[in-house]
Amino acid sequence: MTTLIEAPPSDADGLMPTKKKSSGGGLGQYILIRFLLIFPTILILVTLVFFLMRITGDPITAALGGRLPPEQLAERIHSAGYDRPIFVQYFEYLGQLITGNFGTTLSDNRQVSEMLTTYGAATLELSINALLVALVVGIPLGMVAAHRRDKAPDAVLRIFAILCYATPVFFAGMLLKLTFSVWLGWLPVAGRAKTSTELALTALSAPTGIYWLDSLRSGNMAALGDVTAHAVLPAVALGLLTAGIFLRLVRTNVIGTLGKDYVEAGRSRGVSEYRLVTKHAYKPALIPIITVMGLQIAVMLGGAVLTETTFEWKGLGFQLATYLTARDFVAVQGIVVLLAVIVAVTNFIVDIVAALIDPRVRY
Amino acid sequence: MSTESTIAAENRREPWFRRLPVVSHFNKSVGLQRGMLVTGLILTAIFLLTAVFAPLIAPYGFAQISDADGGFPAQQAPGGKHLLGTTVGGYDVFSRVVWGAQTAAMVIVVAVIMSIFIGVILGLVSGYIGGWLDRILVVIADAVYAFPSLLVAIVMAIVISGGRSSLWGGILAAAISITVVFIPQYFRVIRAETIRLKAEPFVESAKVVGASNVRIMTRHIYRNATRTLPLIFTLNASEAILTLAGLGFLGFGIEPTSAAEWGFDLNKALSDTTSGIWWTGVFPGLAIVLTVVGLTLVGESINDLNDPRLRGRKKASGKAGTNIAGSNAAGPGPATAAPTAEVSTS
Repeated sequence: MTTLIEAPPSDADGLMPTKKKSSGGGLGQYILIRFLLIFPTILILVTLVFFLMRITGDPITAALGGRLPPEQLAERIHSAGYDRPIFVQYFEYLGQLITGNFGTTLSDNRQVSEMLTTYGAATLELSINALLVALVVGIPLGMVAAHRRDKAPDAVLRIFAILCYATPVFFAGMLLKLTFSVWLGWLPVAGRAKTSTELALTALSAPTGIYWLDSLRSGNMAALGDVTAHAVLPAVALGLLTAGIFLRLVRTNVIGTLGKDYVEAGRSRGVSEYRLVTKHAYKPALIPIITVMGLQIAVMLGGAVLTETTFEWKGLGFQLATYLTARDFVAVQGIVVLLAVIVAVTNFIVDIVAALIDPRVRY
Repeated sequence: MSTESTIAAENRREPWFRRLPVVSHFNKSVGLQRGMLVTGLILTAIFLLTAVFAPLIAPYGFAQISDADGGFPAQQAPGGKHLLGTTVGGYDVFSRVVWGAQTAAMVIVVAVIMSIFIGVILGLVSGYIGGWLDRILVVIADAVYAFPSLLVAIVMAIVISGGRSSLWGGILAAAISITVVFIPQYFRVIRAETIRLKAEPFVESAKVVGASNVRIMTRHIYRNATRTLPLIFTLNASEAILTLAGLGFLGFGIEPTSAAEWGFDLNKALSDTTSGIWWTGVFPGLAIVLTVVGLTLVGESINDLNDPRLRGRKKASGKAGTNIAGSNAAGPGPATAAPTAEVSTS
């Protein structure tokens, strides 16, 4: 007689694992399912990347082929174990990944895991800066565009958004460099900091690798200024790409909520238009932005590869480009796998945040 | 183009020239929207014409570094014999920009046609048959879709050509890399539509009449599920250009001696910027921006005009277009965003 009982549905669902979609499912259950879904995603990507990279041959031939005599090449392949069956290598690789061992780079003989932690901080710093730029530029402009819908500011902002999307980050970066570094001479051309600053910051005990955090901790204001000056152009170049997307998203959603009854009610009570846009219509429009932000992380990581190359920002993307040129596919594979993990985890976090804000999202 | 003919075939009532997607959209548009559509069409037309007539427009070959008067000077400023200057290697910038349009057009056409073809078939089969096949395909498509598209393209470029190759090898490698990035998008759209259509009465009645699964898929569902394709086509064409340029910028493009590629030229121009030499990078960059803007404007206008709620009208635009959350608009952001939102809610 379970149909008659309108008891807390979450308990009932817990007892029925075969039921695929729980009508009122608890948040805890949703988080757990969503968390478990991370692993197949990562596994699929790792598997795809591993086998795709091996179709071309073993990494040693790719990196050193033609530069070593065949006997030496064969010996190195044998000692690295690349002549064994591919599935043996695959499961060995998976086992190594679980213990955090990504292998050793071929071109400069470093631990891939060590390389990832060294340069990951730089990419993290760039992404945070760029995300800040995107939010600061995109959200207010989106509200302006929605408020002045179909008027001149809206038209200008929509074109701005299209230009943001249409300009490749490396071209935007090049234009910014030309204007602000070469012609005006206001900002440094490339790099994360001056050599002296870099030395001072790496000499710190337990550096985080995030330069502005390190210079703040050590109270080194000259370093902070230098780091900020270096960070501006890359952050703007990468941030504008996402700012355009945020702008359109905020515009669309604010336009949607501006027509709702409760906004009309507020207007009739004499709430100012400014307050209506910034408070009443804006908050519900934020939910889709959080969802899209998860996707934007992936876009941003892809963009970071190009931005870092443009500005010689020594992060994962810069290293990736370097290792690609050196044809060091062990290192490339390590970076790609790490990025896959980052994307999967951020999507998980974004989904949880979205579920916390909006109960309708939960399974 | 092939998409135009598919669309034209859908609608048999009007004379053929009115059925063409762009023409019918133009007739529906007013004011700012018409302006955006026309601007986009002009830019796209310039791009296509440049691509087709590159051999006639370009004064020199893309790999030419000398003519009858002797070798080209290196890094010459724009003007005179070399309209947009020359690069460090002595290439004529204007000629390489023009030839680059041809490379980009070839890659887009090959890439988008391949991804539509594969994506549509997979989407139809997966959505119609369902079951374990559907689940596996969805999980793989989601994993690839969530991943930075440039990295997917890089991995594919390594697989196909080991990085770099000849003109057709390079174009094919770039096109296949881009295809792999886009298949999940077509797959998701078509699959979602197929699942929706599968429950419609006309599919059921076709089953009752005894139509085979293949016939239902190809005639009844396919025709209805592919209406949004021209939109995705234009949006993806612009994304394909950006991906190609990104690949080229990272040195995964086509060798400068076998074809001109804008991203590759920008990469080579990077070191020029610090010494104030701007023409080697600015012109290929502008070519990318203008082409992408043109394609995006066309795609966005078609999108807006397809949606009656977004279609501008001469007066009554006040409340039209409300209560549409992420779906309406305009362009790459929301268009790519919508499927995810859908996945996370389902």
